[in-house]
Amino acid sequence: MAGVKIDEGQPLIELRDIYKIYQMGDEEVRASDGVSFTINRGEFVAIVGKSGSGKSTLMNIIGALDVPTSGEYYLGGEDVSDMTDDELAEIRNKMIGFIFQQYNLLPKLNLLENVELPLLYAGVPAQERKERALASLDRVGLKEKWKNMPSQLSGGQQQRVSIARALAGDPSLILADEPTGALDSRTSREVLNFLKKLNDEGNTIVMITHDNSIAMEAKRVIRVHDGKINFDGDVKDYAAIL
Amino acid sequence: MLQSFKLALKSIWSNKMRSFLTMLGIIIGVASVIILVSIVNGYMSTVVESFASMGVNRISVRLTNLSTRSVNVDDMYEFYDEHTDLFAQLSPNVSLNAVLKKGEDSLDMSSVGGYSEQYLDIMGYELEAGRNISYADIVARNKICVIGYYVASQLFGSPQAALDQTIKVNGYAFTVVGVAERQDEEDLEEGGTDDFLWMPYSIATKLSRSADITSYTFATIDTDDTSTCKELLEEYLYEVYKDDDLYNVTANSEMLDSLNEQIGMMSAMLGGIAGISLLVAGVGVMNIMLVSVTERTREIGIRKSLGAKRGTIMQQFVIEAAVTSSIGGIIGIVLGAVVTQLAGNMIGITATPTPAAVLVSFSVSVGIGLIFGYMPANRAAKLNPIDALRSE
Repeated sequence: MAGVKIDEGQPLIELRDIYKIYQMGDEEVRASDGVSFTINRGEFVAIVGKSGSGKSTLMNIIGALDVPTSGEYYLGGEDVSDMTDDELAEIRNKMIGFIFQQYNLLPKLNLLENVELPLLYAGVPAQERKERALASLDRVGLKEKWKNMPSQLSGGQQQRVSIARALAGDPSLILADEPTGALDSRTSREVLNFLKKLNDEGNTIVMITHDNSIAMEAKRVIRVHDGKINFDGDVKDYAAIL
Repeated sequence: MLQSFKLALKSIWSNKMRSFLTMLGIIIGVASVIILVSIVNGYMSTVVESFASMGVNRISVRLTNLSTRSVNVDDMYEFYDEHTDLFAQLSPNVSLNAVLKKGEDSLDMSSVGGYSEQYLDIMGYELEAGRNISYADIVARNKICVIGYYVASQLFGSPQAALDQTIKVNGYAFTVVGVAERQDEEDLEEGGTDDFLWMPYSIATKLSRSADITSYTFATIDTDDTSTCKELLEEYLYEVYKDDDLYNVTANSEMLDSLNEQIGMMSAMLGGIAGISLLVAGVGVMNIMLVSVTERTREIGIRKSLGAKRGTIMQQFVIEAAVTSSIGGIIGIVLGAVVTQLAGNMIGITATPTPAAVLVSFSVSVGIGLIFGYMPANRAAKLNPIDALRSE
């Protein structure tokens, strides 16, 4: 990626003793209570946990949407843990492709404009932006519909657009937050298959979910409970303890 | 940057009603600034024009002659002859309290006075019939007179009929040699501009039983020279009197200046009031932008998660506010120009929007967008992407 040095030998994600502590009145809430793990390039990891387990906090930190109270977070070898707002924005823009549960497409922009957004913020010139966005839409099979508005699409299609948007910037990490949470089982399967295909093509994917059956689609599972990791291992081992 | 403008226009267009209501304040504000300032300016130039026709080139001199220090008619004419490059005309003024009589008819409100042969030019009057007072009349102290249109029509029925007739002024018989053109087209009344009798000043001093002439009227060649002329006169009179309480020199243009000043003040005051409405409009813009930021929290969150920096979000909202208020400003200018023309025609003055008023109100409206858009934009830029994404 332009502007960001990537040392291929290093793990893509490295969390060292991450704490995220919120003050709720008099009470101290430890949303992340000493979390450490590494994720290498090409992995497909599911972070699983119940609501309130601290998985969203982890997702925010991994996604450079938030910084930890203490601990270090290296993304592609860069220390993200004490970056400013604008530096985080740049990291998100260049290194992370988000896929949200609610798709989070902008309703007043057409598909192409939606997919172009990360490229726009990266300062890609208009012509190249359009070409790359169209190519990205093509990957999810929606190139023909580029002029449509998000509201004209089904939920599954909208999620594919959001995947296209995540892919457009050619990020090092694809971060999916409950990607199937708003979809029926058939379209969920489509999306999961697509994520698997992306992983087979070499993309690193981190998927946050509360649903064990979804987590089983990944290659590695990290389970969070009360802000701590209580399982980290291969999906087969995870299946064994369920 | 260009992208931000496109985005702003898109956003304004997709919220047509709201954008229009936001603009409405700006439109009314800008239009009222333009209308008020232009109409006051138009009115001012009309007043100035009518004032100019009343003789802004005139300078009045009043004297108090003492036995040891005095200026008489000959001295004044000597001064005048020395400065013919600056002064066009000179006339002594000898006012009389007189009753005009012709047989049984009499007029007692008429302004009666003695003047030089140049007084007609000073006043800018033309003759309807007959001739003007001549230099010979003054030298010979002839009992002749030039009368106003009202006097002629009251005492003789018409200007032509008045010629060579006799009017008794305080018992002395004067021959009418000329009748001035009617001055007041609307009212012809007793004591009005057409109710006068002019006689040679030499005979007037005789009637007033005083050879002392204490009032003079000068006319300058060029209106721009009036202040120079006034100073020249004051210098000359100070030489003689050594006391500036003994004479008084007044230029009509000074009255015009003070009138201009007053109108300028009125214009600034009205402009200020209209300016306040622009300020209120600015608060309206801010209000709507704040609503817009709140409404679009999620959009802001999405944009931030995709890598929009604070500055980018800031720029988007500030530009949107500025574009909204400049569109309002342009509509306001057009509306203001149209209404100014209509209103000008209605009250019968030529009122055109001044470039200054247009420029100022347009830049004020853009400025309002920038200033009042800043606060909401800053709020948008500082939104935390996590919270923003979570909002519905």
